[in-house]
Amino acid sequence: MYKKTTLLGITYEFHSLKEIMAKANEEKSGDELAGISAENMKERMAARAVLAETTLSDIRSYPVVAPEKDDVSKLIEENVNEEIYGVIKNWTVADLREYILNDEHLSKELLQIGTGLTSEMIAAVTKIMSNLDLIQAASKITVITHCQTKIGQKGVLASRAQPNHPSDHLAGIRASLFEALSYGIGDAVIGINPVIDTTDNIYALLNETKEVIDRFDIPTQNCVLSHISSQMRAIEKGAPADMIFQSLAGTQTGNESFGISISMLEEATSLIFEKGTAEGQNRWYFETGQGSELSADAHFDVDQLTLESRCYGLAKHFNPFIVNTVVGFIGPEYLYDSKQVIRAGLEDHFMGKIHGLPMGVDVCYTNHMSADQNDMDNLSTLLSTAGVNFVIGVPMADDCMLNYQSLSFHDIATLRNVLGVSAAPEFADWLKKQGLTISSGQLTKQAGDPSFFL
Amino acid sequence: MTDENIANHLKSLKKYTPARIGVGRTGTRPLTKDFLSFRTDHAAAVDAVYGEVSSKLIEELDLFSVETCYETKDHYLKRPDKGRILSEEAKTIIKEKCTPNPQVQIVVSDGLSASAIDENILDVYPALLDSLSMYGLNIGTPFFVKGGRVACMDDIGEILAPEAFILLIGERPGLVCAHSLSAYMCYQPKKGMKESDRMVISNIHRSGTPAIEAAAHMGTLISKMLDQKKSGVGLVI
Repeated sequence: MYKKTTLLGITYEFHSLKEIMAKANEEKSGDELAGISAENMKERMAARAVLAETTLSDIRSYPVVAPEKDDVSKLIEENVNEEIYGVIKNWTVADLREYILNDEHLSKELLQIGTGLTSEMIAAVTKIMSNLDLIQAASKITVITHCQTKIGQKGVLASRAQPNHPSDHLAGIRASLFEALSYGIGDAVIGINPVIDTTDNIYALLNETKEVIDRFDIPTQNCVLSHISSQMRAIEKGAPADMIFQSLAGTQTGNESFGISISMLEEATSLIFEKGTAEGQNRWYFETGQGSELSADAHFDVDQLTLESRCYGLAKHFNPFIVNTVVGFIGPEYLYDSKQVIRAGLEDHFMGKIHGLPMGVDVCYTNHMSADQNDMDNLSTLLSTAGVNFVIGVPMADDCMLNYQSLSFHDIATLRNVLGVSAAPEFADWLKKQGLTISSGQLTKQAGDPSFFL
Repeated sequence: MTDENIANHLKSLKKYTPARIGVGRTGTRPLTKDFLSFRTDHAAAVDAVYGEVSSKLIEELDLFSVETCYETKDHYLKRPDKGRILSEEAKTIIKEKCTPNPQVQIVVSDGLSASAIDENILDVYPALLDSLSMYGLNIGTPFFVKGGRVACMDDIGEILAPEAFILLIGERPGLVCAHSLSAYMCYQPKKGMKESDRMVISNIHRSGTPAIEAAAHMGTLISKMLDQKKSGVGLVI
């Protein structure tokens, strides 16, 4: 695809859709590292002008990664709802943006349009949307999913309790989990990142979390975020897992670098439906994050936003219970500072939602990134107003195992309080019954004390 | 439960994990001392990333100093590839000052934590020299690389062709410890070498792996690499 445009007296030429897509992005250090970003602000705007006039059928005709060579492309292509696509294929990306933001079009309309779009079309429209556009659009979309409990309802801000421990010490994990529960955190999932990826250890961690859930009759679900194959071995041995987890990349080569394939994901799906401990139809937990394909040298000169969108195209195929981007974990060579992380968080959340995904965000940063906890205050507030399905909490925002910072339990309780949103309905009832909250959702005197559960 | 009981229970929970639990709250927000202590640990981590290794210390160890192509700290963080290659000037100086083809080449680099070098190098470096001399190994001319990434060992390997290589480099700082050091080792470093051919001892600092223990372990690994003429997953330890 060749396009030419004149902007402010300068003529810009683009030689492929891939080039237009990359140059139309907001500034990201990862696209600079890949050598594909716009040279200056004017070229960035020229690329956006061209992209805005590109039709959806053009985007479909020029795949950024050929479906013959990449199973993620193939899957996305096969999952397009042809009936919807047929109606909108002559729309430009600008038309799509205006349809999405039109206030006559609400959750139902946006989710329906989403089925006729490829992940690349969704990435394209995201590139010509402002931060507030992304918040407005995402806030209209409701995606409710059901594993052991249901989350995603309007006015609900759910949370993952992440009680990690540097040596997977069970009593240590339990202590952190009690702290989380005492602040009303853990309604989306109790999810542990293990240090030791052996079958026996995954078994022990699943057992431990399930035991706490059963003992206190907590309406939530458990998950251990190890490689899919060790979870499968543990589940086959009888470990109680409500969900199964995997990190995803937006290309086949990227997924190979994670040691996974689509057929493995399908195999795991069968297993979790056969042997999983939950009741609902959504049994997957996926994590993603801009930049992972470049870091695995599996990006094919495609920009990181487009590749991230393709992760969602892949995720959608498996009807997950929860998905989150680990937005600030990857490091400054992909997202340099708070401005880039905040932008990426809003982009990922919107893209996930219009794909029809139960989208959450790990609002986070590493110590070599130009960001601090105030930036996480900002991003979590923005995402909560955008209706993010869930966020992640660790004690005082400091993950003592993964060595990065996310949100604290205090932060999530504060967001609920300030924005008038609540924990997931079943979990909110449980909190009230335990005497940790009053009807308004406000914490009682007993809350915020882990010894409450001793 | 009485207040005393609660305090005892909290103590019993806190002993199982370094996580910041049992901190309490005012409204939904943390108490001031916990909030400030969290921000202080982050400040130490940021200062470790943006800090510079003391030049006095480098002199004291009798090291000369060269730079990679990193240019500035911001650029270093955005472009890890630049920290893997030496500047032209560095190459000239290294060729001029170093003994080529040593049995073991030692290089020190700031990496992502200047304070890792400041806090640990006076413990680790002499212990390492002792450990290597116990195996009777000849050591090349050591030096300091500013703005280095782990794979800068490959570029240095191309110039000096050492048989074995030890890079002492600052780790990405965490909140628990902002000055943790890693020792990366390999046999015959060269361009395009696989990450799985490198070996690492990490978490070297006063409350982590002690310097003496790390140095002894490095000596053992290096002597095995020289015996077996390989490093990485294939090395029989």
